[in-house]
Amino acid sequence: MNQVGVETKTEMVTVFIMGQAYQVPAGLTILKALEYAGFRLTRGVGCRGGFCGACATVYRLPGDYRLYADLACQTTVKDGMYLALLPSTPAERKRYDLKRVKPSGETLLALYPELARCVACNTCTKACPQKLEVMDAVQAALRGDIAKVAELTFDCLSCGLCTLRCPAEIPHYHVWQLARRLYGAYLAPKAEHLRRRVAEMEAGKFRAELDRLMGLSKEELKELYKAREIEPE
Amino acid sequence: MNRTPAHHPSPITHYPSRLLYFPGCALKDQARGYEEATLAALAALGYEVRELPRWNCCGTVYALAQDDLMRHVGPLRNLIRAQEQGAEELLTLCAMCYHTLSRTARFVQNPENLRRLNAFMDEEEDYRGSVRVLHLVQLLAGLAERLPRAVKVDLAGLRAGAYYGCTLLRPRDVAVDHPERPEVMEAVLAALGAEPVCFPERVECCGAYLTVTEPEAVRLRAGAILLSAAQNGAEVLVTACPLCHFNLRERRPLGAPKLPVVYLGEVLAWALGVKPVPEALAPRVGVRG
Repeated sequence: MNQVGVETKTEMVTVFIMGQAYQVPAGLTILKALEYAGFRLTRGVGCRGGFCGACATVYRLPGDYRLYADLACQTTVKDGMYLALLPSTPAERKRYDLKRVKPSGETLLALYPELARCVACNTCTKACPQKLEVMDAVQAALRGDIAKVAELTFDCLSCGLCTLRCPAEIPHYHVWQLARRLYGAYLAPKAEHLRRRVAEMEAGKFRAELDRLMGLSKEELKELYKAREIEPE
Repeated sequence: MNRTPAHHPSPITHYPSRLLYFPGCALKDQARGYEEATLAALAALGYEVRELPRWNCCGTVYALAQDDLMRHVGPLRNLIRAQEQGAEELLTLCAMCYHTLSRTARFVQNPENLRRLNAFMDEEEDYRGSVRVLHLVQLLAGLAERLPRAVKVDLAGLRAGAYYGCTLLRPRDVAVDHPERPEVMEAVLAALGAEPVCFPERVECCGAYLTVTEPEAVRLRAGAILLSAAQNGAEVLVTACPLCHFNLRERRPLGAPKLPVVYLGEVLAWALGVKPVPEALAPRVGVRG
């Protein structure tokens, strides 16, 4: 941080945004660098915390043939970075009634037959900013292992980078969503304690206590709050 | 009948008791019974069989185009995974997986093919070309002398027709036995105490993946195979291929003999007493000696 009266020099780096060179301070995230360069982002930006997947970005670095993919809010700029924001990946989400589909590989293949076009090139895995084993999830889908697909894609943000890079044109993030829904609806262990507690509530077990609280004065509620039982740390 | 395979391209006599195993998609889905029976039987024979971690689809259909390198990436990645595990052999049960993986293993014996594929798969360690793909029938043929002593259930009288299909026998450079006159499956069935039955159609194609686009063509093939087997006295057909298994059961034309179609690993498991002989076949076992 700059102190008053002390001159500090900010180190600048050059980044190429959609083909145009910009000088931006080193250490900025790609997202902040875009804004520093004057872009006003209305799409391709969301939570700024690495959770929403809206700011998918591809870039290359000087002297490196690889095409990198990351979230703009989670990646700092590097000198010579050549980048493009990809705010949206077009992919069709199939319609289905979750109550009428079975948790099987056939369901996934019937709705998304392009899954079978996977050649295990692993491009999807390389593109994932979340470092998920995306290709392994495609393979689990092909062998009907819904639970494995749900587990492998639990942290998917649906940024769409895998889907954009896939030579087999698989709409990964829609398939993952379907698999996780199937897992939740049919395969995940049911929370028996939750069912019991809901039944207790519906049977009125807590009704008398709630009614008593509703009848208390503000002062009485304050005293009760102060005297509440607190779990030891 | 106790023949040893006469035309085996490279005789196999000894395998380590620990084996790395590539299941393939069908064995985790439609052909679960084949895997379950075989793994139980191999455990009974003293084998420590470990599933290859993080395997992907074998590719299913081997790419014949010389420049279609992308189709070799999937099978080769499995060989790299096996190499990472320090394995010299990779065991397969599915005939199609055996076929695709072993053909790719041969494809990358060409240094230029290997170089190009390694360059493409820059996120993996380079493949060094040393993993040998092995099929269950080869493993069992190598045990032909040991098997009779391990047999617990007498299968005498079970007239079993070995149906090879294509992928275990063609092309010659990956064949588990002579492509026209194979004996290896019959030898294994005999070692297990069953009565092998040879029939002309045992090396002919079942129609394979035409089952998707031309099911009528497959029905013709399935009918010819079932008839040929039945006319030569087979009471059960034994295969190692989930696609042959599907076609012979699900594309059976009306009026064709209703032979049960089972997997080689299932017969192994019956003989070793780790899986019960199905009720439909039980009366045929042990009655004619």
